[in-house]
Amino acid sequence: MPTIPRPMQDSASFAPVNSTRVFSLGFGPGVAPSFERMSARRLYIFGGIALIATGLLFGDIFAVFVLHQNAALQGEALIAASRAVAAGNAAAVNEVFAHLGNVLEDRGTKVDAHVHMIDTGYLALLLALVQPYVALSRQTKKSLAAWFISGGVLLPVGIFLIHYVGLTGSPFAAIGWASVLADSAGALLIVVLIVQAWGFWKFLRSRQLSEPELPAENSMPRRALLTGGTILVLLGFLHGAYYAGTLLYEHERMETVILQRMINAATTGNLDTATAEVNNFGNLAGARAVNIAAHSHIIEFGLLAMLLSFVQPFVFLSEKWKRRWVKLLLGGSVILPVFVLLELKLGLLAGGIADIGGLMVIVALLGMLVGILRYSGGLDASESDAAGGAR
Amino acid sequence: MTGSRKLLIFGGIALAAFGMLYGLQYALFVEHQTLDHMGGSLAQSFSAAASRNLARSQASLEQYGKTKYDYVRQVDAHSHWIGLAMLMIVLGVIFERVNFSEGVRQMVAFSLLVGSALFPLAVILQTYHHGAVVLKAVAVVGSGLVIAALAATAWGFARPLK
Repeated sequence: MPTIPRPMQDSASFAPVNSTRVFSLGFGPGVAPSFERMSARRLYIFGGIALIATGLLFGDIFAVFVLHQNAALQGEALIAASRAVAAGNAAAVNEVFAHLGNVLEDRGTKVDAHVHMIDTGYLALLLALVQPYVALSRQTKKSLAAWFISGGVLLPVGIFLIHYVGLTGSPFAAIGWASVLADSAGALLIVVLIVQAWGFWKFLRSRQLSEPELPAENSMPRRALLTGGTILVLLGFLHGAYYAGTLLYEHERMETVILQRMINAATTGNLDTATAEVNNFGNLAGARAVNIAAHSHIIEFGLLAMLLSFVQPFVFLSEKWKRRWVKLLLGGSVILPVFVLLELKLGLLAGGIADIGGLMVIVALLGMLVGILRYSGGLDASESDAAGGAR
Repeated sequence: MTGSRKLLIFGGIALAAFGMLYGLQYALFVEHQTLDHMGGSLAQSFSAAASRNLARSQASLEQYGKTKYDYVRQVDAHSHWIGLAMLMIVLGVIFERVNFSEGVRQMVAFSLLVGSALFPLAVILQTYHHGAVVLKAVAVVGSGLVIAALAATAWGFARPLK
């Protein structure tokens, strides 16, 4: 017979602070104390949602102001390369490709900053879920949470700065200060995860929960997020399978075919055909990009919905408002990937609608964040009351 | 903790750790060289064409295609391992809400674990045997297992509790 996990009685998380006030807010015994002011779980949930919302906002800004302009610069570089080939100027070709590398770095670091910020947010939410199974002292868990969120902020900031800082003032031959910042932040995240794993190992040996598990609430928002999230992930898998089965190999084959045609046309001095092939190359790159973006975004939003279903008991809003945020989040989670896919047929109109979908998800996240703030605010106030009473 | 939850959580952690370690060694020892090779091949192809050396241009372009084929699969397999592992861990936390008997849940969890390990593995192996039909078939079976398991999970979540 398995051992029944019991909370550790010596855990500071279980101190009966503000119990009367807490229970009057409608939460079960043992839940709220673990979510008191500045607890590790609160930091992870709050920081995680904030990181995801900021990462999404950055992605929306990037899509509107950088993505298409960057694609145009790539096209211009390829046209310049074709002209250099037609002119028989190998040195100019090399210059163009050095510039193209710069353009690709600009795009790549921004995409990476967006992805890393959101993924760190997911990890933070995941860590919030597993805190009861991490057998470490309350203070250690709080410090780890603070370091993790700091690393989660510094990592994408470092990645973003790589393109702008370059090798300025760096003592290294190929690594700039921004890379050092990003790598250090990444190392900090790894260290925190290793310590968490050690805490989990300690839990497995003691089988004592360090704080209460998340309550098994069966509300409509939670069910909708859980089922909706699973369906979104499933749709993403099905789309990925369709893309891999029908388009991936054809797209890969076409890339080299188009480049070959471009080079051949440039070599014979047929610049109009070479330019047309550059356009074909851009269209192919666009087709690949929207399929991959739709696939990854719908799965990420599904996972986000599932993770958010766990924290619903801590969103201190009326049921009506919780439902509104859930509907907005799920609606945006469908609109963004669907209209990203439709960009190929509808152009910028679909791109604009996709951005609105992203904005819907951001607004829903901010709404939930406010709910979490309100909950913590109640506890903070009750802590102050308790302190005042003691005086 | 039920057997299906253990399978998902421990299997997910193991798969995530493996995926991260694989990604780390790839980033440290292979990725930069691959990216240099890929960009260099494409630049070389245009440069050779400018020098009217068409045979070399074509060879460089073919090299670019092969390198990119490998690079895309290496990165995709690494990110799919970690992504699927995260999904397994999240599902493991709430798997008792999947309204099936524990036996069925264990079968679903096992399918998810096997599919999540097999599908990216077959994709990576394709970089050693370009276009191998057997490996494509294994990737299809692996992804099919994941999709079937997730469809069953969604159905289990949607079934009303008795």
